Amino acid sequence: MPNENHLAHMARTLGAWFAALLLFFPLGWLFLTAFKTELQAIHVPPLFVFEPTLDNFSEVQRRSDYLLYARNSLITSVVSTVLGLLIAAPAAYSMAFFRTRRTRDILMWMLSTKMMPAVGALVPIYVLAQMAGMLDSLSALIIVFTLSNLPIMVWMLYSNYKDIPPEILEAARMDGASLWTEFRHVVMPLSVGGMASTGLLCLVLSWNEAFWALNLTSAKAGTLATLIASYSSPEGLFWAKLSAASLLAIAPIVVFGWFSQKQLVQGLTFGAVK
Amino acid sequence: MAYLQLKHITKSFGDAHIIKGVDLQIQKGEFIVFVGPSGCGKSTLLRLIAGLEPITSGQLMLDGADITRLPSGKRDLAMVFQSYALYPHMSVFDNMSFALKLAKVPKAEIRQKVERAAEQLNLTAYLQRTPRELSGGQRQRVAIGRAIVRAPKVFLFDEPLSNLDAALRGNTRVEIHKLHKALGATTIYVTHDQVEAMTLADRVVVLKDGLIEQVGSPLELYDRPANRFVAQFIGMPSMNMLPAKALASVTRLAGGRVPPNGFVGVRPEGLRVHPGVGVGVPGRVDLVEALGSDTLIHVDVEGTTMVARQNERTALRIGDTVGVEIDPNVLHLFNQDGQTLAAQGSPA
Repeated sequence: MPNENHLAHMARTLGAWFAALLLFFPLGWLFLTAFKTELQAIHVPPLFVFEPTLDNFSEVQRRSDYLLYARNSLITSVVSTVLGLLIAAPAAYSMAFFRTRRTRDILMWMLSTKMMPAVGALVPIYVLAQMAGMLDSLSALIIVFTLSNLPIMVWMLYSNYKDIPPEILEAARMDGASLWTEFRHVVMPLSVGGMASTGLLCLVLSWNEAFWALNLTSAKAGTLATLIASYSSPEGLFWAKLSAASLLAIAPIVVFGWFSQKQLVQGLTFGAVK
Repeated sequence: MAYLQLKHITKSFGDAHIIKGVDLQIQKGEFIVFVGPSGCGKSTLLRLIAGLEPITSGQLMLDGADITRLPSGKRDLAMVFQSYALYPHMSVFDNMSFALKLAKVPKAEIRQKVERAAEQLNLTAYLQRTPRELSGGQRQRVAIGRAIVRAPKVFLFDEPLSNLDAALRGNTRVEIHKLHKALGATTIYVTHDQVEAMTLADRVVVLKDGLIEQVGSPLELYDRPANRFVAQFIGMPSMNMLPAKALASVTRLAGGRVPPNGFVGVRPEGLRVHPGVGVGVPGRVDLVEALGSDTLIHVDVEGTTMVARQNERTALRIGDTVGVEIDPNVLHLFNQDGQTLAAQGSPA
């Protein structure tokens, strides 16, 4: 019956909108709160209509160097992503095209390292960083981010490379291609989408990473995650300023993610199906 | 000296021995076809020659040079894959010129070579298209073109027509034949299709279980098979293989030269089916297959099924009693090990 279908369709649409709004609500509320005064922020009942102010943002920039933290976030995310791709691509290539009996086991093992909570490795990593004199340095963060994201990167690229028919590589070999030529002229162009998705995902993961940033850095190498955390102070919770700081922290990555959402979704679902 | 020599080539994957010792001499300009049932090792042998798999033991010589351990790209061989293996992100022109670009051939020369090959293969109009925009037959021609532009010492074809429909297969087969005549290039062609083997080859290499059963021209293999396997593999429908024990009447025809556990082979065209009894060995019609140009009649004679081929249409039906006349001049005799004893007479 067309009517029933129409009703079901409406119900599904409403359900979808409801779920979407529910998921979006925290971000939306954050956005609103950033433009409120502290009093407006803790008002009961919660205010949806109010006179917006930019005071919180100037306070955040005045109190702590937003640009420094943003720069650190950018550097650690981008460098760890690039480094990760440089390591993961050859690894995934060898596993996809030169499989052995142990390949599957190695991949599972790599993935299993992600199953341990980060806090389990906190003490050894902290001690290592301290001994190397790398506490509160960008290098320590870059190394940790790269290594944390490598299992995911290898898996995603492996899934991607497996889709390339091996005969195409054999044809390249017959045409006289060296290993690098094969990779540069055949594998890379055919896996550009996959590499982009992998890179994007790891960029987002590194940007949002808070645990290691908080534990391994302080004033010099702090990222935006530490900026946000600094607003939960013993003096009390300054909701409005916290929201403003958070908004400033997540804005770049949200905008970036918005423009690359298609690639991100592709990369995430790709890995899941395989 | 032979242009391409395989000297006792073996290939094993762990405990699995795929190629068990192949010796072969191929002359320059020859069109050699490797044929055999699935799993006989013909594709593996081709890949060993191409360098896509390492040879376990043995030696491979090309034009006097030992290429056994040389990487594929340096052997001066070109391969046409069953799945075409075109570079999906490159245009037809780029696909065909990739090898030349890697070899740092000047741009003008590349253009000239690619355009010439494209003309030979009727691909000129498609040079800027990507493989996605081409039909199966066109893609296959691009794969062939990619091999031609390199002017290699040997062309290798790995079942190139398997993915094409019957009509296209026939046309492309003729094109490959013409191309070989025009280029005169040494070619090794792998197929499981007999018709391709018979029509394209200068010599056919029949493989079974990693070993060569027989090498010879197509008609040599047809008229003088070395053993039962080759006798039944070449020829469609297969040669009738009649156990000497089972059909005394047939064995008598061979004049007592068949050993007790041996076999008498006779091709379908060597049998003549006569309606009713009286002529030849009595039997009963099991099946009639009218192909239009030929008619195949399956006859049950004393428990053994024989297939006869004739040019004329027939009114015979299943269950009819018939007499099967066997031409004693075209019998093939095999001993109990399957080796040929002698082929009698010459083919009609």
